Amino acid sequence: MSWQKSLSSTIGRKIMMSLSGILLILFLAGHVSGNMTLLLGKADAFNAYAHFMSTNPAVQVIANVFKLFFVGHIFYAILLTRQNKKARGGEAYKVSNKDGSSVSKYMGVLGSVIGVFLVIHLSQYWAVMHEYAGTIGTTTVDGVQMKDLYSVVATSYQNPMIVGGYVVSMIILAYHLWHGFASAFQTLGINNKRYTPVISFVGKAYSIIVPLLFAAIPVAMFING
Amino acid sequence: MAGETINIKLKIWRQAGQGKPGKFESYEVNDVSVDMSFLEMLDVLNENELKKGNDPVHFDHDCREGICGMCSLYINGKPHGPKHGITTCQLHMRTFKNGETIVVEPWRASAFPVLKDLMVDRTAFERIQQAGGYVTISTGGVPDANEIAIPKTVADEAMDAAQCIGCGACVAACKNASAMLFTAAKVSQLAVLPQGKAERKRRALAMLEQHDSEGFGACTNTGACEAVCPKEISITHIARLNREFTRAAFSGSETDYTN
Repeated sequence: MSWQKSLSSTIGRKIMMSLSGILLILFLAGHVSGNMTLLLGKADAFNAYAHFMSTNPAVQVIANVFKLFFVGHIFYAILLTRQNKKARGGEAYKVSNKDGSSVSKYMGVLGSVIGVFLVIHLSQYWAVMHEYAGTIGTTTVDGVQMKDLYSVVATSYQNPMIVGGYVVSMIILAYHLWHGFASAFQTLGINNKRYTPVISFVGKAYSIIVPLLFAAIPVAMFING
Repeated sequence: MAGETINIKLKIWRQAGQGKPGKFESYEVNDVSVDMSFLEMLDVLNENELKKGNDPVHFDHDCREGICGMCSLYINGKPHGPKHGITTCQLHMRTFKNGETIVVEPWRASAFPVLKDLMVDRTAFERIQQAGGYVTISTGGVPDANEIAIPKTVADEAMDAAQCIGCGACVAACKNASAMLFTAAKVSQLAVLPQGKAERKRRALAMLEQHDSEGFGACTNTGACEAVCPKEISITHIARLNREFTRAAFSGSETDYTN
């Protein structure tokens, strides 16, 4: 089997889903830790973090690599979903089967909602930060002039629609991770008595804690006014 | 002694042949002994239908003791019916209530076309098996027993996988109509044994390639297959198949090192 054929096989495609998924899980950890400056209400610290993330050359390289993982994860998801629907065939069961993990049956739907969230999220902050859309002021932190992303974020989180949409999206993300985290390891063949209990515990804890921390930020900023 | 009997209603998928349109037909079977198996109940139904001059309901069956893998049937949304770890032929009518309506459908998957009524073509499984689910041996004298030492735990692991009877319940239950559990069991039973290890790479690659070309889907790690498997084969075997495939795909097969 050539490597192209290996990658386009069912398991090959699943491995691509798994690897890109694990890296996106790591991305979430990085993102949420930076956002903690917002939860602590430190405007200067957040602006300094945003400035570092948008100017540091190493971060730019990593950011572009992560864009590839996002695109890859979505690309392989579409390929697999098409293949799976074709395999299931045209005639549906009259009585459907209820066995197995129910979250896993809606990964595509959950992922699509996260995709929509991502587009809105990027247009609200990333596009503004890079001045592709909207306007952004400047601020000075420790003598360095930089863009005032904190004000953009703080203003948006006074809008209950944005806060509500954010919280709902994080709940969806939690469900996606609930299955995705442990599933990624199963796909890589890591399923054994020693590590699987640890992986599934960490996966479930991660899928609650990370979206919870993300969601806490707009809620806290909204409450604090 | 007349045992307990029940009356049941059936909704059965009837289809004249492959590619032909099908529909559900309703039947009633009365005075069904609760000690009958589901297939015996269908035999009674067919006797009745034959007496009326109607075409009997076609369904697959053979040994009727849960080991051949011929019987199938998707009963009330579950392959092999509502009980766990048994085949349809081991399902007794005492499982059902008097007056209950039971919906009986064939396995549905693109790779398992309906041949007639509840009978589907499962030869795709045979082609996956033929692609590599064997050990190449030189036949000759019978080797001594225990010549190759195999730890009990390893033998047990191989036996757990080897329990697969190839009935196709895993495919029927899977939302993706994936045959990963079947393929994994057939790869696994040999991959853990010294006799099977010699050809493990070629086997994993060839069997997965055949699995894919038959038009089965990919695995979403939902676990519906292991929940309905009459032989209770675990999806840990799918993880092993993933390992076997990854090992083979990224290190090259045995033949890649020779001309």
